[in-house]
Amino acid sequence: MNYDMIIAGVGGQGILSIATLLGRAALDLNLHLKQSEVHGMAQRGGAVLAHLRLSDKPIHSDLVPRGGAAMILAMEPLEALRYLPWLEPAGGWLVSNAEPVRNIEPYPELEALFAEIRRQAHPFLFNAEKMARDLGAPRAVNMAMLGAASSFIPLPAESLEAAITAQFTRKGEAVVASNLAVFRAGRQATEALSQPRP
Amino acid sequence: MATKRTLFLGDEALAQGALDAGISGVYAYPGTPSTEIMEYVQQAPEAAARGVHRLWSANEKTALEEALGMSYAGKRALCCMKHVGLNVAADAFMNAAVTGVNGGLVVVAADDPSMHSSQNEQDSRFYGKFAAVPVFEPASQQEAYDMMRQAFEFSEQLRLPVLLRITTRLAHSRADVTASAPRSENPLNVSTSTRQWVLLPGHARHNWASLMARLPDITRQADALPWNRFIPGPDRSLGIIAAGLAFNYLNECFPDGCPHPVLKISQYPLSPDRIGALQAACDAILVLEDGAPFIEEQLTGLFPKPVMRIRGRLDGTLPRTGELTPENVAAALGRSRPEGPAVPALMTPRPPALCRGCPHCDSYAFLKEALAGFPASRVFSDIGCYTLGALPPYEAIHSCVDMGASITMAKGAADAGVSPSVAVIGDSTFTHSGLTGLLDAVAEKTPMTLLILDNEITGMTGGQESLALGRLEALCLGIGVDPTHLRVLLPLARHHAENVGIVREELEWPGVSVVIARRACIQIKKKG
Repeated sequence: MNYDMIIAGVGGQGILSIATLLGRAALDLNLHLKQSEVHGMAQRGGAVLAHLRLSDKPIHSDLVPRGGAAMILAMEPLEALRYLPWLEPAGGWLVSNAEPVRNIEPYPELEALFAEIRRQAHPFLFNAEKMARDLGAPRAVNMAMLGAASSFIPLPAESLEAAITAQFTRKGEAVVASNLAVFRAGRQATEALSQPRP
Repeated sequence: MATKRTLFLGDEALAQGALDAGISGVYAYPGTPSTEIMEYVQQAPEAAARGVHRLWSANEKTALEEALGMSYAGKRALCCMKHVGLNVAADAFMNAAVTGVNGGLVVVAADDPSMHSSQNEQDSRFYGKFAAVPVFEPASQQEAYDMMRQAFEFSEQLRLPVLLRITTRLAHSRADVTASAPRSENPLNVSTSTRQWVLLPGHARHNWASLMARLPDITRQADALPWNRFIPGPDRSLGIIAAGLAFNYLNECFPDGCPHPVLKISQYPLSPDRIGALQAACDAILVLEDGAPFIEEQLTGLFPKPVMRIRGRLDGTLPRTGELTPENVAAALGRSRPEGPAVPALMTPRPPALCRGCPHCDSYAFLKEALAGFPASRVFSDIGCYTLGALPPYEAIHSCVDMGASITMAKGAADAGVSPSVAVIGDSTFTHSGLTGLLDAVAEKTPMTLLILDNEITGMTGGQESLALGRLEALCLGIGVDPTHLRVLLPLARHHAENVGIVREELEWPGVSVVIARRACIQIKKKG
């Protein structure tokens, strides 16, 4: 098993928390992983990305080679398009949050961004903010993203749920439950798509 | 697969390796990509339980000298910095090679090829060669852990400091690491040798000559460690030297094994025997190394006709600047793969920016307005978040060179006749390297204005304690700043007009003025 992905977003959106949960689950499953992060200046509201590689064999490069990512998981629609060259040309999934972060001027026309995302071979575009808010957990946007991505990632849902539980146990049962609920809603949104994977 | 595995950043693997090697102290100044080494130790329960020294130092030079003092006393010390920090610590570093060590001393230099968070991409391996000390360059997080442990053994065995070099991609990449049983700390064992430690010319000449005489043996011993290795391959039309992280990108290109003979280098000084064996076995050599063509230049030398074809960064096989990537290494080996879709034309850059509500935004606003009537003014700035003031909408600064250079460049420019000459520096950068420059200006009554942006933290690297906290006014007054020209402001929009007025007054004063704009970093407030 090999699974390479890119997680993209804007500094401050917490892409590392998603990578950390995937990493925790992979470690529990005795898989190897490498996860390359951006620290430093770019974290001040700039474009940031994490490379995440999972395998049952030792992994060489810390970076996903261009053309090698089975998924780009984007916290933001403009950032969804920034790393397209990394996507597997034929089968890669582009899973993106629809909610923009408008900290640059001018920010591209939102509908044009959506059109570019939908034009890709395997897109999934949804509003993770709304999903989390509707479930009464507005802070759990990353759980909606992780849930939506999880249908395509070859890790059992139970392992990810165990990682989420472990991560939030310190904050009490209610926080664990609401994060799990948002994760499940995200997963449900993509479950059907993941079945006939080309 | 191993049993007890932990996910570590390369930096964290180094930190855990050092703790398990029995260090008694870490000395460092924050700097990307090295910061997480100290931060890991600060949070490690065993470091607290053992009382391992783990507070930030004023700068890299004081850090290294403090680490050397701990080594003098027989204990093991780790000193960490980013690559440009080694310039600051270079005086201590070069001379620590001449004194040698007592307890093990490992210096980590975290290089930043491609300048993700830096102003240059200098390669610290040159410093290792310059000082004639061994250099370790791990290829993976596991090697970072294991090699740190070995580096302390080696340092004590050779009685020399060891330089451990990593680059950004290893520092900031996480992987599973298996730790081994910790070793206990050294007891106090204070050195009694004055000849070793008092570098009078007579002693220093002896120490240096002895180091030079030992160098061939040091090279042999370094190469005998398990980190350099030769991996045979059937296709001898090309031999490959892969240093540090480059070894991973090479293997990424050949999932079923590289067909060429490969020399993995993780230890320096380079062994002529190793290189010679590869040369004898192959028709040409490709050098893959992250950073400068350090190995490649040693192989090619200056002879117009080298003994064989050497490929790498110098002949254009790889880019002359910037970090290695899976793509440029694959291209060098003719193993490029198809990329994904092109980035659409509507893409725009998203550069980092000052945070919304950042006190520096208010400070740049009043500074710009105060300077509006002075078209000949220049603002010399420094290293920190506030360097982002160079970008729109502020465009408020004219230079950023190295830690502390704001004050000294403003002084030099004032000497040349620039007026008003303004320096802008952060609180932590001021205590790192600003104090001595301010002393120069005070001693000469230079007509310049120093604006200290005091956000009460080291912000850019993620919020480390600033040694300036609670000391800024006393430091300035102690250096001799006139108390009537030491002003403290609150950078908030509602004080804007008042702040503009105060800065204007000081711009017009024909001597040294210090204006401290004090408001806590908004990120730190959030962390609470």
